[in-house]
Amino acid sequence: MAHIDQSKIRNFCIIAHIDHGKSTLADRIIEKTGLLTSREMQAQVLDNMDLERERGITIKSQAVRTVYKANDGEEYIFNLIDTPGHVDFNYEVSRSLAACDGAILVVDAAQGIEAQTLANVYLALDHDLDVFPVINKIDLPSAQPEVVVEEIEDVIGIEAQDAPRISAKNGINIDEVLEQIVKKIPAPKGDPDAPLRALIFDSLYDPYKGVIVFCRVKEGNVSKGTPIRMMATGAEAEVVEVGYFGAGQFIPCEELSAGMVGYITASIKNVRDTRVGDTITRRDFPANEPLPGYKKVNPMVYCGLYPADGAKYGDLRDALEKLQLNDAALQYEPETSIALGFGFRCGFLGLLHLEIIQERLEREYNLDLVTTAPGVIYHIYKTDGTMVELTNPSNMPDPSEIDYMEEPMVKAEIMVTTEFIGPIMELCQQRRGIYNGMEYIETTRAILRYDLPLNEIIYDFFDALKSRSRGYASFDYEMKGYAKSELVKLDILVNKEEVDALSFIVYEGSAYERGRKMCEKLKEEIPRQLFEIPIQAAIGSKIIARETVKAMRKDVLAKCYGGDISRKRKLLEKQKEGKKRMRMVGNVEIPQKAFMSVLKLDEE
Amino acid sequence: MSDRDIELYLHIPFCIRKCAYCDFLSFSGERKTQEAYSNALIREIQAVGNREYSVSSIYIGGGTPSILQEDSMVAILDAIRNNFKVLSWAEISIECNPGTVTAQKLHAYHQAGMNRISFGLQSAHNHELEKLGRIHTWEMFLESYQLARKEGFSNINVDIMSGLPGQTREEYLDTLRKVIRLNLEHVSAYSLILEEGTPFYQMYYNTELNQELPDEEEERRMYWHGRKFLEEQGFSCYEISNYARPSKECRHNLGYWTGKEYLGIGLGASSYFNGKRFHNTDSMKEYLQMSDKPDRIRIEEEIVTKKRAMEEVAFLGLRLTKGIDMMDFEKRFECRFQDVYGDVMKRFLSMGFLAINGPYLCLTEKGIDVSNQIMAEFLLDGE
Repeated sequence: MAHIDQSKIRNFCIIAHIDHGKSTLADRIIEKTGLLTSREMQAQVLDNMDLERERGITIKSQAVRTVYKANDGEEYIFNLIDTPGHVDFNYEVSRSLAACDGAILVVDAAQGIEAQTLANVYLALDHDLDVFPVINKIDLPSAQPEVVVEEIEDVIGIEAQDAPRISAKNGINIDEVLEQIVKKIPAPKGDPDAPLRALIFDSLYDPYKGVIVFCRVKEGNVSKGTPIRMMATGAEAEVVEVGYFGAGQFIPCEELSAGMVGYITASIKNVRDTRVGDTITRRDFPANEPLPGYKKVNPMVYCGLYPADGAKYGDLRDALEKLQLNDAALQYEPETSIALGFGFRCGFLGLLHLEIIQERLEREYNLDLVTTAPGVIYHIYKTDGTMVELTNPSNMPDPSEIDYMEEPMVKAEIMVTTEFIGPIMELCQQRRGIYNGMEYIETTRAILRYDLPLNEIIYDFFDALKSRSRGYASFDYEMKGYAKSELVKLDILVNKEEVDALSFIVYEGSAYERGRKMCEKLKEEIPRQLFEIPIQAAIGSKIIARETVKAMRKDVLAKCYGGDISRKRKLLEKQKEGKKRMRMVGNVEIPQKAFMSVLKLDEE
Repeated sequence: MSDRDIELYLHIPFCIRKCAYCDFLSFSGERKTQEAYSNALIREIQAVGNREYSVSSIYIGGGTPSILQEDSMVAILDAIRNNFKVLSWAEISIECNPGTVTAQKLHAYHQAGMNRISFGLQSAHNHELEKLGRIHTWEMFLESYQLARKEGFSNINVDIMSGLPGQTREEYLDTLRKVIRLNLEHVSAYSLILEEGTPFYQMYYNTELNQELPDEEEERRMYWHGRKFLEEQGFSCYEISNYARPSKECRHNLGYWTGKEYLGIGLGASSYFNGKRFHNTDSMKEYLQMSDKPDRIRIEEEIVTKKRAMEEVAFLGLRLTKGIDMMDFEKRFECRFQDVYGDVMKRFLSMGFLAINGPYLCLTEKGIDVSNQIMAEFLLDGE
């Protein structure tokens, strides 16, 4: 069988710091290669989900195949793989890169290199990709393309003199980019007759076709009827359909052979069987070794999700089940809170992932949710020599059983202009950062390196960073394992009763401050009731902070409505209705939003 | 068959000028409109009247009923007597605003059988009256009051307000003292409530002027000091805001609070009749055209189901100082009060907001201050 000529294939991705124009350039490439007419173009074709379009970020990897007729008269197949742009999805990024042979590095002509630019370039170079730079947004008044070219050469050390100077937004110099794709991205060279090895870089659940696996065939070939096996999960199936990616549609074809990027369907029911990074091989003619780099992605951040209306528990369960079909990284298990009733403890890759899931549940499934404070996974080493992973503060063992605790750390790189180094270092110190050095990129910019506890950055670190650098600092991190830490469980008592959903784990040194802020915040959130309500923060039996919600003094209707009893009734009914949005904890009514107020302690 | 015992409410929606805090259905009306309205009232009375309904009380409220020409008022009362069976001992009250009554009017009222007058005084201080947008002075009230006594009225109420902008507790108590010296029979002491859509609401709700209003603590002190003073003077507080000398309680209002049937006649007037609550249209045009067809002007009818009836007994009963008559509740609904309200009762008894006194369940002093909170808990879940 004649396979497709690999020398006419270019598999590549675009890497960039957020907002430097990655998706816009992708749109231009698709447009220019003639797959879609300008009229059919919708902004950001690759970002399918509404949410992605709204947030301007890419959540899931996507791919598109276009055909380009180059100046040499030949037609080339371009497979453009769009990668997620957020640190929460770092592993997905790495797998998407592994599916490519080269990368276009987009750098903003006004902003220059940023933290994610570097992180992504290093990631691409780690995957042996050939990277060529493109200077974008040259039409901005503040554009300094020549300065940026030098910066790229100095800092990254790749040739940038002939980098196309473009404006993706206004379609300037896109042809030059297309020509360089042909010249600078290497063609794939895998043996089409070797045993099948295809890298899964994403998958998608479709109610009709089952899981649609996005893959890059490295060696061998696959077609309808091929018996396949996932080498890590062991799942087996028979291929129903193979094809490649049109813009927003799947186009079936005969076979996918070495060098090609496309999709496979095989009546697979769950994305858990088709883990990103796994290798597809033939069941009857298997490869000896899987492709390198597979790892199971595990949630990093946990929180409790509860339906605001207890009766919607079943709806929430169904919604989570459906979302999980498409999102192997989402984990959940049922849990019960005394304060919030029945709900789920859910695990996410990061806070953005959490927010996206929460938003989708609320929007697509019309659920009203109460979210508890997100936390990380702590390792608790008990005196009996065992270790437990703690995802829910309520399950913390008695302190007498604890030998010591560990918390997850990240290795962070913060790129900042020199004038803000002071404030940023101060911030990192407040967040218990361990200084790992600083490196000047140029006279006015530097990279700060810190090890930081993950717990300190999941809430609002990025916002704090932005506000202390007038928006100029950029930030990237990767996991660095666990480190011993002095941690305590902080409990909140409302009217002397512990509210389990408000407990959280905190660094001992910050406990007083957090406890005090929590009490202050709750005092604002809990309305006055018929009796005085003490709000206390406690570590074990020791009270470390206290506020009081004073008793309601007056709620009396000293007015005569005459015979208009209905009016009086309506007034009382309205009052009673208001109480329905509250959670009863002991005798106290706590508004649902109070449970989420913990997230906003540092906002003021 | 024994007669049906009912009360009548008559609404006169006219005022010389609307007060700045008032959200009742009222407006100034030209003489011609007033006459047309009086005639429409009589048509409604003729349409709903029934000689087998014995009327134990009539309350003529407003607006300012005393704004009508006395012959109109007399004609209206005559129509009531001709179309209902008004009991000889019936309480017949009319609301009057000082400055709108003359000896002649009061004489005619008395002749027509009215036996109770309620003066909308609000304050004994002219600067406060001015602020409220009242049309009268303290002196004008004194004159009206003396005239009423002279014409033979032996049951007089005065409405007083506390919690006015800039008002001190001393000023409020001073008003009460001045009023008590007149030796009247009944005092209704309300506190100012900012109602949406009134000029006061615009002026004081969430504005800087809000500072002028007494705070909650002070407002409560006004209430309790005022109450203590009135009780020392021989008044009993029989409802949260109402005080009477012995046997001078307003029977009409007691009827509202104890679930008696009543017919409201006139624009916007509320009724409780045949197990339903409804009210008349608020549109003057509709009313003038169709007052003789009661079915066509009655709106927002709601059936008082057993559940609603229980709730009403509870939240209206709690307004009374003696409280909810639990024995009566059990007789009426054929189930134990405990079985329906046991939980909420126990909770508030233990918290000291409710107390039991013989067969009565009543608010404590502490309970009165937050009575809406307590009453709301007496609304039952479900239908």
